[in-house]
Amino acid sequence: MKAEKNAVLTGAHFIDGDHAACEGAIAAGCKFVAGYPITPSTEVIERIALRFPLVGGVFIQMEDEIASSIAIQGAVWAGKKAMTVTSGPGFSLMMEHIGYAAITETPCVFINVQRSGPSTGLPTLPAQADMMQARWGSHGDYEVIAIVPNSPQECFDLTIRAFNLAEEYRVPVLVMMDECVGHMTEKVVIPEADQIDIVERKFTKKPPGEYKMFETNESMVPEMIKVGDGYRMHLTGLTHDERGYPAMSPKVQQKMLRRLVDKILLNEEKIRHIEEDEVEGADIVVISYGITSRVVLPAIKKAREDGLKVGHIRLLTVWPFPEAYIRDLAKRVSAFVVPELNLGQIVHEVERCAAGHAVTRLVPHAGGAVHEPVDIYDAIKGVLEHA
Amino acid sequence: MHEQQTATAEVPEVKNPVESLLRMDRMPHIWCPGCGIGTTVNCFARALEQSKVDLDKTAIVSGIGCTGRVAGYLNLDSFHTTHGRAIPFATGLKLANPDLKIVVYSGDGDLFAIGGNHFIHAARRNVDMTVICVNNLIYGMTGGQVAPTTPVTAKGTTYPYGSYDPPFNLPFLADSSGAVYVARWTVYHVHHVTKAIKEAILHRGFSFVEIISPCPTLYSRRNRLGDGLDQMKFYQENSEIRHGANTKDVDIDFQKKIIVGKFVERERKTYRQLMNEHLTSVFGEQYTKYEG
Ligand SMILES: Cc1ncc(C[n+]2csc(CCOP(=O)(O)OP(=O)(O)O)c2C)c(N)n1
Ligand code: SF4
Ligand SMILES: [Mg+2]
Repeated sequence: MKAEKNAVLTGAHFIDGDHAACEGAIAAGCKFVAGYPITPSTEVIERIALRFPLVGGVFIQMEDEIASSIAIQGAVWAGKKAMTVTSGPGFSLMMEHIGYAAITETPCVFINVQRSGPSTGLPTLPAQADMMQARWGSHGDYEVIAIVPNSPQECFDLTIRAFNLAEEYRVPVLVMMDECVGHMTEKVVIPEADQIDIVERKFTKKPPGEYKMFETNESMVPEMIKVGDGYRMHLTGLTHDERGYPAMSPKVQQKMLRRLVDKILLNEEKIRHIEEDEVEGADIVVISYGITSRVVLPAIKKAREDGLKVGHIRLLTVWPFPEAYIRDLAKRVSAFVVPELNLGQIVHEVERCAAGHAVTRLVPHAGGAVHEPVDIYDAIKGVLEHA
Repeated sequence: MHEQQTATAEVPEVKNPVESLLRMDRMPHIWCPGCGIGTTVNCFARALEQSKVDLDKTAIVSGIGCTGRVAGYLNLDSFHTTHGRAIPFATGLKLANPDLKIVVYSGDGDLFAIGGNHFIHAARRNVDMTVICVNNLIYGMTGGQVAPTTPVTAKGTTYPYGSYDPPFNLPFLADSSGAVYVARWTVYHVHHVTKAIKEAILHRGFSFVEIISPCPTLYSRRNRLGDGLDQMKFYQENSEIRHGANTKDVDIDFQKKIIVGKFVERERKTYRQLMNEHLTSVFGEQYTKYEG
């Protein structure tokens, strides 16, 4: 499927990441947005509110983020593509409904324009400190997909990808922006509608009676239906069997949960989105994501000028974590350097996958600004000395 | 059902007249003997039949609690959501497909404690949906803690010496938040309940029906009020029908008179009507009316 022509603002624009993410959502076919204002994400919903009346979408400003994060799921079951948008405090309020989307396999998109925390923190300043919350914030075991743009162009492109992945895997997809990327203005090229690939919802062709809500084949992703088509469906956040009926047994729990997790983890390689730069033959590899992936560039350049063999991996999809890839790479390099705008989150994943084969060094930052490139440079220079 | 109890309900032998509206493959249900929730479901099913709405275009949304289980027993598109969030889920459903009839069916704690904020906002917006609250004056599912509806002096496990936490007057709350239809009945008044639900479903806008219902297992027993039947007798003897009563005057005191009736019936434009009219006035032909 290709994007809807009248929804796509084809052309070159000079807009910020928040606005670009809004355009990405619209191009992806999003027709329902519920949100609650919070800096630095508000511009996304403001632009949605401006644009939606002319592209057949409905925006509603809800009473809070709890309401927003469940209203979108109602809209999805009515047949729409839907998203909500927030930042730290609002993201915390949405956690229960990320779990609800995971267990009910409701395809939807959450944008989190990260700011510094905890609590109200630094409302107008950047951080990348919700990365673990994105993965683990709701209770229980589950998997999500989290993608991390580093430019307004990517806010556009990757928001489309988020909607596509949500439909393909029936999973909540989290677009983990940060204040810098959200508020940075750059050129964004929006292609012709017929150049934009859209994944449509896979509605079942089975008639009511034959269809089972959570029956799957090898794809591990059940086909969907929508309300009002005569299926008389039942959806619950309780552990459920293939019919979607509650079933309070460890056996059903094991089967359901295993599939919810496997449909993502066993497809990790397909979902994987990484950019590599001079990784082959590298001694030290910098692993970065989001705004930090731009801040590392001068540091890497300088270290290379010093004669060090430095590679760079940029994670555009952080969850599911590219575990197999890092495990494999760890055997071929000496060290990983992981700068993040937090006091250590994704570095734990890298260290776990490195499993002692490569030294792993965090370059922390408490947030509120980006790293000084020199701190990253020093970490690259020092990582093998103090190993 | 209290979480620690096992189901004891018997499978009925005579064919239930509302069977086609129930998911018989999920029977027996989990509710305790003497619980009022089943009675309300019976009334609801009859009201749906009488209202002649298209059942394939009717969705029911529940939160969490004993009453929250209602959605799962009805043979409709049905949603068992999260605690307190049935109304915002239903708001998304309705706005995304305006052709649907939406009924939210949940407990007093679910709708008015954790979900209270959503209730007043949906009423304020006049989102077209019917909210049915089974008010048993207690948290049933979690074992008899007080709710924001528990009358002062009644006992719950978290107020073991009797509650001093002032309760809500639900019809007044609904009325002042903007609901266009507000009624209260008890499970003793099965015909009135059925009629009220039917009227509420057919009345465009945010309608609210409160049904006072016994929780013999947790509320009545702890407060020495007898079993489900004793509660029915109490409702029979102590209810006073007062249609059009000022909702300010209908609060519930412990074991005192219960004012029942249809309190509010009025017209207001729904959220979607307002949206479509306003955006059409701004954009004219350019505006794609949000019809579904
Ligand atoms: C977020 C959250 N908090 C608490 C609970 C536990 N809980 C389940 S049902 C319930 C209260 C239900 O009371 P009510 O809505 O009156 O329903 P009833 O069981 O009385 O019908 C509570 C507190 C929960 N499921 N989720
Ligand atoms: S409301 Fe009370 S009587 Fe009814 S099922 Fe729950 S615990 Fe049992
Ligand atoms: Mg209750």
